[in-house]
Amino acid sequence: MLEVQRISKTFNAGTVNEKKAIQNLSLTLRDGEFATIVGSNGAGKSTLFNAIAGTFYVDQGSVTLNGADITFLPEHKRSSSIGHLFQDPLKGTAPHMTIEENLAVAYLRTARRGSLFSRVTKKDRELFREKLRELDMGLEDRMKTPVGLLSGGQRQALTLLMATMVTPELLLLDEHTAALDPVTAEKVLELTKRVVSEGKLSCLMITHNMQQALSLGTRTIMMDGGRIVLDLSGDARKGMTVPDLLEQFAAKSGQKFDNDRILLSTIEEQE
Amino acid sequence: MAGFFSLNVLQTALEVGLIYGLVALALFISFSILNIADLSTDGCFTLGCAVGAMLTIAGHPILALFAAMAAGVLSGYVTAFLQTRLGVESILAGIIVNTALYTINLAVMGFSSNVSIFGRDTVFTLTRGLLGDSPTSRILVLAALLAVVCILLIRFFGTTLGLSIRATGDSPDMVSASSINPKLTITVGLCLSNSLTALSGCLIGQYNKTCDINLGTGMVTIALASLIIGEVFAGKKGGVARRVFCVVLGSIVYRFIIAIALRLNISTEYFKLVSAVIVAVAIATPRVRERAKLERIKSMSRRMRAERKEGAADA
Ligand SMILES: Nc1ncnc2c1ncn2[C@@H]1O[C@H](COP(=O)(O)OP(=O)(O)OP(=O)(O)O)[C@@H](O)[C@H]1O
Ligand SMILES: [Mg+2]
Repeated sequence: MLEVQRISKTFNAGTVNEKKAIQNLSLTLRDGEFATIVGSNGAGKSTLFNAIAGTFYVDQGSVTLNGADITFLPEHKRSSSIGHLFQDPLKGTAPHMTIEENLAVAYLRTARRGSLFSRVTKKDRELFREKLRELDMGLEDRMKTPVGLLSGGQRQALTLLMATMVTPELLLLDEHTAALDPVTAEKVLELTKRVVSEGKLSCLMITHNMQQALSLGTRTIMMDGGRIVLDLSGDARKGMTVPDLLEQFAAKSGQKFDNDRILLSTIEEQE
Repeated sequence: MAGFFSLNVLQTALEVGLIYGLVALALFISFSILNIADLSTDGCFTLGCAVGAMLTIAGHPILALFAAMAAGVLSGYVTAFLQTRLGVESILAGIIVNTALYTINLAVMGFSSNVSIFGRDTVFTLTRGLLGDSPTSRILVLAALLAVVCILLIRFFGTTLGLSIRATGDSPDMVSASSINPKLTITVGLCLSNSLTALSGCLIGQYNKTCDINLGTGMVTIALASLIIGEVFAGKKGGVARRVFCVVLGSIVYRFIIAIALRLNISTEYFKLVSAVIVAVAIATPRVRERAKLERIKSMSRRMRAERKEGAADA
């Protein structure tokens, strides 16, 4: 269970560029819950993820994961239990290392914590091959290929695999399909659904696709101005349509929903 | 070739190439793998030589090798500490340590700028008993040493820690999202790298039977030149094993180039300029190539636009 309690984060405090990115935000995610997050550009969605993942420490409030207070735990110590995927497929993998070596970095560090000198065994390699086969991208036969030669979609699928090979306590997906072409995005999304449901993962997913936000998972969270303005689940969510959601947003925040990528994707859907 | 060079010249180039190969390997770790330009290399090379020389004079030539490596680890640790804990820019950290090492090296040498090891036992005289006194025995000893170092390095880069070090230099974003502590990996990487630099310094001291305070000057450029030559041999897609061996090969080739230059009666004063040019050209080449490609694309699209306009005018 993830418990975010009254956290705040201000960037460049005390300067003209001061930006209150997160304001007194609280959020609880139960074990195995899969929630989507939507919000305008600059609403603070990525900042919330960074606060949970430990990219920086919050100014106020606390973050607890499965009972452990991780508010001031450094990022690299959190990441053995939190998987974090970004929009940019290049961010999650090392381009000059092979597929096998990338997987080994992700796997050995978490699976055999503490032993710095362990190496990839035959059994590990079999496991990697097995997992790669599940991606259905033919990567299991290219384990010695440098990751830099893969396509964006393949790299993102690999990153997802790396983040979930050792089941994380929490998975954070920050628009992880937004930079992919529609067909690949669909494939990575299918994969995400499968991985999350098979591993019964607790997952937060930022998306700019309102349809996805309502159809994926069991809960939809809307953010604006560093706060959660709408939190839908159960029956209230079931009856929701995309126009309803946009209307709700306007009512809650007193402004039109402003996200260039959402506008784009709404246009695409209408076509 | 044999007519052009005396056998002696070839052997010397090979021996020195092998010894300097260790510094090229050190830069392979810091520059190629960790993506850090470690400018403490010059000072650390002299440090290894100085520490090694003092112990060799005291009658411990084998211990000297390990002591030099330990000194290198220490020096690398300080450079890493400045970078990772105190937020000093990596290039500046190297320069600071390099400057400090000048005084430390002098102190190690008892505040004289030159120390002679003449007449003392060295690794080379000790192995003479086993293999006989010939340049061949020296080459065998050095080749065996380099082979061991290379194999250990390759094995190391396949372990969790070694892979993490490689990931640190390759994808900082990935590292922060994996459970890797970049402070630790940078520190271990620089300690390892500097231990090799110091070992090389110690060996060159025993090889030349002397240690000079200015021995390391320009070392970083020479090693970079060797490294770059090696990376050319390894090619873009080479794995770690191939790259490690090619770096040593690069160092040997660099020495042969120098030998040719010597044979052509080019004065030794020019060598540093030549290495500097090699490094500058090699590092600049990819960028220049990219520029050229961009210009080609630009001119092509300009031409296409002009053609389209013409077509429109015709219709
Ligand atoms: N490291 C930083 N330094 C300064 N300001 C930042 C930093 N990170 C985020 N911000 C600011 O905080 C605000 C929230 O940014 P955030 O990236 O969380 O938005 P977002 O909801 O993810 O938006 P988008 O949909 O565009 O990704 C923005 O105004 C942004 O400029
Ligand atoms: Mg964002």
